[in-house]
Amino acid sequence: MNWFDDWALTLAIFLPALGLGIVLMLPKAEEQLAKVVALGTSLVTLAVGIGILAEFDYGKAGRLQFNVDEPWIKVINAHYHLGLDGISLPMLILSMFITVLCIIYSWNHFPEPHNVKGFLALILLLEVGMNGTFLAEDLILFFIFFEIVLLPMFFMIGVWGGPNREYASIKFFLFTLFGSALMLLGFLALFFLQGSFQIPTLAALGDGNLAETTRLLIFGGLFLGFAIKVPMFPFHTWLPDAHTEAPTVGSVLLAAILLKLGTYGFIRIAIPILPHAARIWAPWIGLLAVIGIIYGAFCCLAQTDMKRLIAFSSVSHMGFVMLGIATLTSFGINAAIFGMVAHGLITGMLFFIGGSVQHTFGTREMGRLGGLLKQAPKMGWILGFCAMASLGLPGLAGFWGEFPAVLSAYQPSHGLSTDAFRTFMVIAAVGTVLAAGYLLWMYQRVAFGEPKPEFANAHIHDVTTVEWIAWTPILLMIVALGVYPDIIFSLTNDGATHIANLVKAVGG
Amino acid sequence: MNPGWDFHAIAPLIIISATIVAVLIADFFFEYRGRFQTQQIASLGVLAASIPIITLAVDGGTRRMFSGGFVVDPYSLVFQGFFLAAAYVSMLLSVDYIGDGDYYQGEYYVLLLTSLLGMLVMASSRDLITIFVALETISIPTFVLAGWRKHDPKSNEAAIKYYLIGVMSSAVMLYGMSLVFGLTGSTLLSEIAKKVGHLDSSLLLVAGFLTIVGFAFKVSAVPFHFWAPDTYEGAPTPVTAFLSVASKAGGFVALLSVVIFGFFPNADMWQPVLWGLAAASMILGNLVALSQTNIVRMLAYSSVAQGGFILVPFAVAADGGAARSSIEAVVVYILIYGAMNLGAFAIVIALARRTRSAEISSYAGLGQYAPVMAVLMSMFMFSLAGVPPFAGWFAKFTMFRAVFDANTPAATVLGVLAAVSSVIAFFYYARVAREIWFHPVADGVDAAPIRTPVALNAAVGLCAAVVVVIGVYPQLFARLGELASGG
Repeated sequence: MNWFDDWALTLAIFLPALGLGIVLMLPKAEEQLAKVVALGTSLVTLAVGIGILAEFDYGKAGRLQFNVDEPWIKVINAHYHLGLDGISLPMLILSMFITVLCIIYSWNHFPEPHNVKGFLALILLLEVGMNGTFLAEDLILFFIFFEIVLLPMFFMIGVWGGPNREYASIKFFLFTLFGSALMLLGFLALFFLQGSFQIPTLAALGDGNLAETTRLLIFGGLFLGFAIKVPMFPFHTWLPDAHTEAPTVGSVLLAAILLKLGTYGFIRIAIPILPHAARIWAPWIGLLAVIGIIYGAFCCLAQTDMKRLIAFSSVSHMGFVMLGIATLTSFGINAAIFGMVAHGLITGMLFFIGGSVQHTFGTREMGRLGGLLKQAPKMGWILGFCAMASLGLPGLAGFWGEFPAVLSAYQPSHGLSTDAFRTFMVIAAVGTVLAAGYLLWMYQRVAFGEPKPEFANAHIHDVTTVEWIAWTPILLMIVALGVYPDIIFSLTNDGATHIANLVKAVGG
Repeated sequence: MNPGWDFHAIAPLIIISATIVAVLIADFFFEYRGRFQTQQIASLGVLAASIPIITLAVDGGTRRMFSGGFVVDPYSLVFQGFFLAAAYVSMLLSVDYIGDGDYYQGEYYVLLLTSLLGMLVMASSRDLITIFVALETISIPTFVLAGWRKHDPKSNEAAIKYYLIGVMSSAVMLYGMSLVFGLTGSTLLSEIAKKVGHLDSSLLLVAGFLTIVGFAFKVSAVPFHFWAPDTYEGAPTPVTAFLSVASKAGGFVALLSVVIFGFFPNADMWQPVLWGLAAASMILGNLVALSQTNIVRMLAYSSVAQGGFILVPFAVAADGGAARSSIEAVVVYILIYGAMNLGAFAIVIALARRTRSAEISSYAGLGQYAPVMAVLMSMFMFSLAGVPPFAGWFAKFTMFRAVFDANTPAATVLGVLAAVSSVIAFFYYARVAREIWFHPVADGVDAAPIRTPVALNAAVGLCAAVVVVIGVYPQLFARLGELASGG
């Protein structure tokens, strides 16, 4: 299977681009064909992903595999360098998996103004950017893929979004563009000082030879680029608008994958390349993370719009992920990656349900909803299941993201202020209680009680076949990861330990 | 010293000169309906002129003539190739516009080619007098071209403004050059470079300042930009495209040659001036572009701002190890800017055939009735904004690289200003995309699919191909930049 080893990652990124080209060339009237092509492409891409899973050497999960390294822009010594290790593998599979489900979900649910061809083309373009970001081992390549996802999401929100879509789309774009401009300056500074764009080379080099201020500033640039994407408090304000206005599939992709590009950037780039700076920044990142947890939770308690509530819950949950990362320990980083996958599945699922509620009731105002369990019991149960998973009920995936992240703050990397992180731990623990509060409260308002008079006699569809096909895999994954979390931990542990050791080696 | 004539080296100039004569004479012999053939002769001439460019490039090496005042090396060949390509695309843009409007086709192409001739000479000039003559050869035909729609008062205004400003800036520049000659005793850039480092006179500052200000008018850098929006709006749109790309690049090449080959040792003289011009152009150009409602005026201010980005590497060129990466950055930026700006104007011309309007709001709903044009226009806009994977990102990237190589506080401040203004710029570029995709077709606009002439399609296709290919594989242009900077 040498051929596969060489080409697997390239295929994983560019098969969707090929499908995108075909979809664009189809006549506009051929909607059914466009759907089949898009679904086929995403399935073939997922098949490549499964092939990667089969070929992956699990004994060496901490090492980069399926390497491709070709000169790309010789003048600046940038390479077309792809690689995959135990940290990128779950993210890549998640991205491929969610894309397939999003296309299935869209089958009968194309939002206004319809335009099937354009919508599917954008989903496929998103997949190019997402897969590429998780596989890039060269900073410039990473930057390109990181930016590619902006355009499709901008159009997805702006064309297919809700009433306030123009404001939301431009806000989303400007925030991320601002962050990535500074991130690019950071990359350039690294190139200027360290002479390479290769992530493995830079990580091996570390930042020991850089002046204190320089490395702190470079980390600051990367921090802004990634933190806006995550998004961390106080850079989160684009998120609720983007989520609320985006079409269902856009929200799902945004929550499930796009936010992870930011946290992935911290784990893959910022911390291994600048371990000294990471140690100094870590307490501040931890502080912003717990502020995000609490602030996000309180905002949730103030929402009346179901989708907006889920959006703010993302701010809160990504806070747990960032807290795990900020401890700079192998335990914390493992928890963070698990949290990324779990949040991707659970929040993605919540947005799916939010979209379907909007579709059937025509509103997401929780004050107008109620009695979902009576009118659409299956959807009601699924919503309950996801709310439980999201609040971190043991046995479901959410627990393994949240609980170890909180726990990891008890003992941060050697040399970091234990007092500070233990305080964060306590605050984060309060956050889990608040999470239970707002999720149950949402569930109560949407699902319990009697249907409101305006919908009492309405004919309400329960979960449709297409929705079952799109949702069942996610629900099964939430259970599977909850029952046997080692699926992820066994993959990520080597890589996470490696990163934690890099940081530990420079500490004191 | 080689007084002999190297015909291979000046073959592109000879071919273009011959084409000018051929077009001028042929115009008499064509029937009225056959006048469009003048464009074909002109285009063929441009294509033929690119052959010696290629053979010279394959030959390699440096050819000096006229005591070193005229040099053919990779630097000049890259720019000559660019000017030929830009002129070719401009002719593709012109053919239907000028043909439909019944606007004296033969003369039009003669003037365009004459301006092109000036550009080709400019790329090789290493002497203040030659540079001045080349610059005037570029400018004078464009004064006439700007007023080509002679029954339209706006076009007249465009030509008059452009002419007056152009003449004034030439005078200022010539005065500066005469002072430089007085101080150094030579008009050859290489001789000036030898003397200028030892001179420390305030008169030299004045001389350098006046020379640079002259160029600043030509490249419409703030605060010498005010003619550009009016001229761009009033001139026929294909001429605007030519002005904003080829003619502007001509000014930049002149500035680059003078600064790098002539004034380079005395950086105190020119660096602060260019720093100020770059900063002002980026900030003001982008801020004013935000409030434009006319697409051509918006593109005018956008080109002022893009000019500011091109000036950034100039302003840091003498710091640290930035000399080479600055030249590379200017070359790469001009090449990429040319493709994306010509592409944007091509679409503006194509759509004006339908909407008869240059208001940005007239693009509403374009995505519904002209999806291909809409996709390409969005692509050019995002490329101008510097969003990957379109070529614009690499142009900005090389600019930032020069800033990092310079690594001085002044350079860093300029880099931060550039980063901030690129984010501002995104706003107005995205507004065009929003109009196209997010808004419904306006009442009274015919939403039938648009059919565009073949020549326009070819122009759009060429520019789009460059924007995509260079965006994904920038090595092609990066290598040209490297060659031009002597690598």
